[in-house]
Amino acid sequence: MAEFVMPTLGSDMTEGTLVEWKKKVGDRVVKGEIFAEVDTEKAAIEIESFHTGVVEQLLTKPGERVPVGRVMAIIREEGTQAPPTIQAAASPLPLQRISPKAPVSSLHPAPPQIAAPDTEPGRLRISPAARKLAGELGMDPAFVQGTGPGGAITLEDIQRNAQTRRQQPSTPPAFAGETGDRQTKMRQTIAAAMARSKREIPHYYLSTTIDLGRAMTWLQEENLTRPVADRLLYGVLLIKAVALALRQVPELNALWKENTAVQSPGIHVGVAISLRQGGLIAPAIHDTDKQSLGELMSRFQDIVKRARTGTLRSSELSDPTITVTSLGEQGVETVFGVIYPPQVALIGFGKVVERPWVIGKQVVSRPVVTASLSADHRATDGHRGGVFLSAVDRLLQEPGQL
Amino acid sequence: MNTPLMPDEIRQTVLCLLGEIAPEADLTALKPGVNFRDQLDIDSMDFLNFVIMIHKAFGVEIPEADYPKYGTLNGCVEQLSDKRVT
Repeated sequence: MAEFVMPTLGSDMTEGTLVEWKKKVGDRVVKGEIFAEVDTEKAAIEIESFHTGVVEQLLTKPGERVPVGRVMAIIREEGTQAPPTIQAAASPLPLQRISPKAPVSSLHPAPPQIAAPDTEPGRLRISPAARKLAGELGMDPAFVQGTGPGGAITLEDIQRNAQTRRQQPSTPPAFAGETGDRQTKMRQTIAAAMARSKREIPHYYLSTTIDLGRAMTWLQEENLTRPVADRLLYGVLLIKAVALALRQVPELNALWKENTAVQSPGIHVGVAISLRQGGLIAPAIHDTDKQSLGELMSRFQDIVKRARTGTLRSSELSDPTITVTSLGEQGVETVFGVIYPPQVALIGFGKVVERPWVIGKQVVSRPVVTASLSADHRATDGHRGGVFLSAVDRLLQEPGQL
Repeated sequence: MNTPLMPDEIRQTVLCLLGEIAPEADLTALKPGVNFRDQLDIDSMDFLNFVIMIHKAFGVEIPEADYPKYGTLNGCVEQLSDKRVT
């Protein structure tokens, strides 16, 4: 049996509201197939199944708010027998959570030292002391990220959460039952993630000015050969150059987990997209470094369109390993970005401007762009950041090789 | 037989396409001689999509060098009035 839980689609997500199931009990679902649609503070997201099998139970009803990590459905994986029915808990929703870190085997009793009675699906894994303190504080423990064995919520988790709430009186938590519209919630969500980033991540910043003369000339010639629907934007060259440079400096293509930087085997560049109703979202273009420029352009177009129409997929929000943002179209020359945790770097590009540039002993006019790197000093040092920006520059001097 | 495109017809079609690109925009307030990008919240991706839609709707080829000519409502009307549809 496999549990389908509310996934975390970024460090700033605490809950989602089920809009609809895309499958019904008895239907077959394939890993990667859209299983549910969930509304988050940022957008409606199509959630993919992580398992292949037959839908055994749907434990959540459309319209229900569900904390991250709570079991929403049970999928009987192929080759397994149907188990006894698990009743959806009748207790209030917040007490139906298990941690996203809880193993599938949580159908069986958990280690007795942590919340032995609370280990079946749909029940919260929390130590008695933590539950008592949460009750005293009037805190809903279902929304607290557990760090104990199997994701269980410990006394320290409750204390840490209470401390954070005291330090952020002006930012109501997203789970406080507020009735604000999506824009308000999105601002709160972004506020929480950015405040966490600035609170926890020791940023360092580097920038370099890159001559885009060759890249722009190459692009102009390349686009002459392409039908209008297949033409490239220069932004795609920048994204591809970043992705290839990450192969040379993989320390920046990492996530900060449990006090260490964990390099990602895949390069999934998150592209920052401003939304028409306000706010932004940064979905991943998977395996960015392996895409041709044409493929990358096509995927970029598709993801921008879906970001703005609310049809992104869960993996696109949960998988970015680094973020690229460009504010050049707003006239900005240099970006000093805030890293989106748990990523450890963000690349910013400004406006392409004509500037005097020395080539040999001649001063000529060239289109240039300022590329900046915001990086987590816990994960890398300035030297490696500099190597990375140099690599981006070098790659953009050979646009035909991208 | 080729049929000339009427300015009003072009204008309505262009506004319709812009509405798809920027559904939140109040197109009744659009100034015909001012660049779309100065009036609407559209970026280069939106503009590329707009050009692609013009290409499909009117069946015209638009070289990249001509993109600026399609940056205003008046510009679109001027460019497309010269064209013929079959």
